[in-house]
Amino acid sequence: MKTDLTDTTASKINKALVLGRRAIGTPAIGMVLTLVIVTDEENAYDALKAASDAAHEHPSRTLVVIKRVSRSPRDRTKSRLDAEVRLGADAGTGETIVLRLYGDVVDHAQSVVLPLLLPDAPVVVWWPVNAPLDPAGDPLGALAQRRVTDTYACEEPIRELAARAEAYAPGDTDLSWTRITPWRSMLAAALDQVDCEVRSVEVEGEEYNPSCELLAMWLADRLDVPVQRTASEGPGLTAVRMDTDCGPVVLDRADGSLATLSVKGQPSRAVALKRRETAELIAEELRRLDPDDTYASALRYGVNRLNAPGTSAKGNSGDGDGDGAVAVPAPVEAAAKAPAKEAAREKAPVKKAAAK
Amino acid sequence: MSSSNPLRDPADRRLPRIAGPSGLVIFGVTGDLSRKKLMPAVYDLANRGLLPPGFSLVGFARRDWEHEDFAQVVHDAVKEHSRTPFREEVWQQLIQGMRFVQGTFDDDDAFERLRATIDDLDKAQGTGGNFAFYLSVPPKSFPVVIQQLKKHQLADQSSGSWRRAVIEKPFGHDLKSAEELNAIVHEVFAPDQVFRIDHYLGKETVQNILALRFANTMFEPIWNRSYVDHVQITMAEDIGIGGRAGYYDGIGAARDVIQNHLLQLLALTAMEEPASFDADALAAEKTKVLGAVRLPKDLGRDTVHAQYAAGWQGGAKVIGYLEEDGIDAKSKTDTYAAIKVGIDNRRWAGVPFYLRTGKRLGRRVTEIAVVFQRAPHSPFDTTATEELGSNAIVIRVQPDEGVTVRFGSKVPGTSMEIRDVSMDFAYGESFTESSPEAYERLILDVLLGDANLFPRTEEVELSWKILDPIEEYWDKHCVPARYPAGTWGPVEADEMLERDGRSWRRP
Repeated sequence: MKTDLTDTTASKINKALVLGRRAIGTPAIGMVLTLVIVTDEENAYDALKAASDAAHEHPSRTLVVIKRVSRSPRDRTKSRLDAEVRLGADAGTGETIVLRLYGDVVDHAQSVVLPLLLPDAPVVVWWPVNAPLDPAGDPLGALAQRRVTDTYACEEPIRELAARAEAYAPGDTDLSWTRITPWRSMLAAALDQVDCEVRSVEVEGEEYNPSCELLAMWLADRLDVPVQRTASEGPGLTAVRMDTDCGPVVLDRADGSLATLSVKGQPSRAVALKRRETAELIAEELRRLDPDDTYASALRYGVNRLNAPGTSAKGNSGDGDGDGAVAVPAPVEAAAKAPAKEAAREKAPVKKAAAK
Repeated sequence: MSSSNPLRDPADRRLPRIAGPSGLVIFGVTGDLSRKKLMPAVYDLANRGLLPPGFSLVGFARRDWEHEDFAQVVHDAVKEHSRTPFREEVWQQLIQGMRFVQGTFDDDDAFERLRATIDDLDKAQGTGGNFAFYLSVPPKSFPVVIQQLKKHQLADQSSGSWRRAVIEKPFGHDLKSAEELNAIVHEVFAPDQVFRIDHYLGKETVQNILALRFANTMFEPIWNRSYVDHVQITMAEDIGIGGRAGYYDGIGAARDVIQNHLLQLLALTAMEEPASFDADALAAEKTKVLGAVRLPKDLGRDTVHAQYAAGWQGGAKVIGYLEEDGIDAKSKTDTYAAIKVGIDNRRWAGVPFYLRTGKRLGRRVTEIAVVFQRAPHSPFDTTATEELGSNAIVIRVQPDEGVTVRFGSKVPGTSMEIRDVSMDFAYGESFTESSPEAYERLILDVLLGDANLFPRTEEVELSWKILDPIEEYWDKHCVPARYPAGTWGPVEADEMLERDGRSWRRP
């Protein structure tokens, strides 16, 4: 059932929720978390659809905060809150409240959201687009245990990643990171099967896809070897090539769904690695609500340290087809490893300050 | 397998537990269980990305099939029964490792072919010699298959690889046959290579018993004789024996259900806190509590067995057990069994555990009800609490998985009147619509070598020690009672509890 409230307040919305629940005959609520989606009108539909698909796994109260653009000074001075309360069949397994904010109240969205949070249950904020640069410092982000951003939907993903690393606070996470879980798990499984030391890695994927950078940073962070990020036509990530002391280990996915794992001395094997829908990503994100330290560690490795010179410089000039490294111009570091470590040490205090 | 994989990190909780390189060989692959449960479970695991690259599935059966026919059968079974949506690329990954070996269980050539297939898979798919043999076969074929595995060196673990045997109930039909069966299995496979499937233990709700008891503080302090009046464990089915006459007659409800499922549920409900959540510690506690189970002195008074008679079940007219196809009209087999046991330890002394199971009962339900004592003193007068029952915590194992707490509450109004209300936690409401099937979890655990959820030899033998005297008594002394199909069992069972001043819950 659906209730429309125009020019309303949070307490009226709460009242509508109770009335609605009575009307459809389910006074008990068994929802485990509140998901706050902060978006604009344009992306609201897709985001809400993904969230309600994910709600099949995690019954939740979904609050969609839509900040409306005011087009004149007169509009900006008037503030108004419209709400649409959806219960029962209209909201999947949980409850959905679509909040439209006009005028001044846009800057005080937390005052609308706070009274509508489920008591004593975790809060997750998800920005499908236009995430704040400092999610934990954002008034809405501050209400949440978990703050989900998506660097994939940014204009400049690489710069965004660097900013995320600066502003990281426990509980931050990014859908670009969620997207690579199957890759990470398959690469870990591949290394389970051989007893070799990895010497260097190449991560190949489409340009402007921060998942490639995150995967590269994770590999660099865990393996402590130079990692090269190269560009391809996509879709998404296309290959990871690990050079080990017992031959190459390659996970290659050209078509975005079925990958081939080839390990030297072993038969090549097909591996299903489908690019996942947003709903699946959100469902994975909601499965664990504790800080993701592995993400933090990979992110803090620093996107600028990928494609460390030595290996990459040679590779670039070698192919000459402009298909080489695509990282942002990094301060040239003389040797791959030692200065990199120093850089990490220098960065440490900054990180602490941001994470406090 | 390298133990020092730098990409593995315990703190990285997104990475799922993926089984190492391995394959699964199913004997009796044309059977119902295989098509309805095992094949879909394998697909669901692959779809969730939990199977290793190169995972192989080998079917062994008498049918004259080619690999492609087998793949087609798996394909159909998966399409029809899998829990997760069908995806072509997952299927493409699976189909590469699918093989079929045609033969009977006494056919040496067939087992040689099986060995060749496994060697070939090691080369083509990189399974590394790690294979689990799932014996989905009738009990009488069991010894043959096990011996054949030994004869053709299929059970031999060479350096760094493993071989495991997965076996299904029945684990014998009494203590003696169970011991014989265990001897046969253990002659070929070491105890840690044998996985006994009790699919109840793979259910989320059953694992939740441990979480409920040992991760919370509010239940464990009252989980003892000072507060608990009695415990009822029920597993009811609404179906009859269907086409299983050959298997069921002579076995009966108690051997089919109480010996494994209900006594395992009892063990989990009553055991002490294990030192850790690993297989050894869990088995130690379960064995201890099963060893402390004490039978009633008068078995005639405190046990009931019965057969369903013709009646109406859920709006359909159904025939009685003795009229079922293939059942001897003089059969004494029980389709309903209720027993009362005690547990001789400090926690449970004097608290009866009532176990019941039956076919053609009111509805399909499995639950554990812990019923508490009444308040020692009530400040309210008797009229106020007339409608107040005992407090209870009910763990609903299936269907509608969840936990219910029942307690008294004031009825709104001017007079003081207290009535039972219940508070519900439903899995479907709080977590997932799609929790994994028991078989998914269990097959994955077999491939990972994680034996937490599998009963051990000692547990099986202890359960038979509990049940054997009862079966003997029934065999000698009494004819089964009768109950109309579609009801909650015979009046004798109600009387059994009435004598103790209690009554069965209507689940």
